Amino acid sequence: MVIQKDEYIYAVARIRCKENKLLSSKSIEQMISMNDIRNIERFLRDNGWGASSVEKVSDLLTYEQDNLWMLMKELVGELSPFDFLRIQNDFHNLKASIKAAYCDCSADHLFIAGSVYDPYDIYNLIRNREYNQLPELIRDTAQEAMNTLLRTGDGQLCDIIIDKACLACVSSLGKASDSGLIKEYCELFIASGNIRIAVRGSQLNKSADFILESMAQCGTLDIKLLASSVSKGFDELCSYLSSTNYKSSVPHIKASLSDFEKWCDNYIMELMQSQKAAPFTIGPLVSYIIAKQTEIKTVRLILTSKENMLPDGVIRERLRVMYV
Amino acid sequence: MSGLFLAVLGAAFATFMAGIGSSIGVGKAGVAAAGVLAEEPSLFSKVLILMLLPATQGIYGLLVAFLTLQAVGVIGDPVGEISVAKGALYLAACLPIALSGLISAIHQGKCSVAGINTVSKKPDQMGKALIIPAMVETYAILALLISILAINGIKVIAI
Repeated sequence: MVIQKDEYIYAVARIRCKENKLLSSKSIEQMISMNDIRNIERFLRDNGWGASSVEKVSDLLTYEQDNLWMLMKELVGELSPFDFLRIQNDFHNLKASIKAAYCDCSADHLFIAGSVYDPYDIYNLIRNREYNQLPELIRDTAQEAMNTLLRTGDGQLCDIIIDKACLACVSSLGKASDSGLIKEYCELFIASGNIRIAVRGSQLNKSADFILESMAQCGTLDIKLLASSVSKGFDELCSYLSSTNYKSSVPHIKASLSDFEKWCDNYIMELMQSQKAAPFTIGPLVSYIIAKQTEIKTVRLILTSKENMLPDGVIRERLRVMYV
Repeated sequence: MSGLFLAVLGAAFATFMAGIGSSIGVGKAGVAAAGVLAEEPSLFSKVLILMLLPATQGIYGLLVAFLTLQAVGVIGDPVGEISVAKGALYLAACLPIALSGLISAIHQGKCSVAGINTVSKKPDQMGKALIIPAMVETYAILALLISILAINGIKVIAI
């Protein structure tokens, strides 16, 4: 049973309490200043992370991710309203499954949790070439990507097919949603995906046709113009983007692709901030998911950086804007 | 159709329309309150006040219905026959609280939900969170005032 759009009152009220427990920018700064991972772990546990059964610090992240989806299932009844977020993990798992099936090796360590479909089932079906039994959303893509990989051995081409299908799938889920926030998120996701393809295409000197073929239809960008601007050079690409809604991304694209990724995450977080005053719709739940995922991503960044003795400045450079 | 019937119909409107509004408003606020209490039971007293704000319209409706029934002699001392015109006037007098009660209680319920969300995030902002839904109450009070003044005025009109 999916609850009606104005029936999220209970869920939103609970989420407002949960938001108080999200890590703030100040908390993140405190963690960065800690040099010992055990201190970071203690700090996270003091802030409500994990459970007594979770022993390893790396398992805390998995626990929090699983816990997030369990909470959403408890609040909403089923997770289908959040498929536009979870399906992205399915396409990642599909890439891993196809490549693992191609190499005839295990993909266990490559799978991401929080997907719509069980990645192990998908892997087994692909390995046995039982495409007809795959879920409809990924069936054709899986078959096309696997056949392309078998025919050409080109992993990049396989990724392009799956990435385009992912963008198209998120686009259709966004269009089908009643929520303005979900529509906006999906549009931004597709636009940023297309810009990423254009920038990479420009760096690798790919043809306009190849780039256009890799992009998905988007409401806020003219993908034909975007692809043709790439063939005219990087400056032309930046010039085209300056005339769109995404002109604020241009300085970040010029800096680096990772800076652009950071801009995308911060832009999405800015969009999510608008939900802080919405009491009835699914929006605050979506915002909480994005906020929690950003928090998990940030903690992972800090832990990995501390393990590898990276300077605090490098961590700060990569930090995303937090929800609270 | 007798005047008494029209007057009782007015009393019925005042009770059930304002009552429906209050039950919807309190229902919405109650759902939000339950959500907050599932996470923060210590906020019970604060969310209870906000949850009960939309209940007042139902009480106003009841008060107007009581005054109307008393004015036409259904309860209390008998007042003799009520003309159709007088009955229609009583019906009209009940309408402000009936309609305003229905609509204001629903909207006050929505404001209370938002206030409960505010309190769940910032319990120290209880005062401000309470004032906002209380503003909606103003219009229910104005309607109540007009209904009471009208009922008292109709009593002395000889028609």
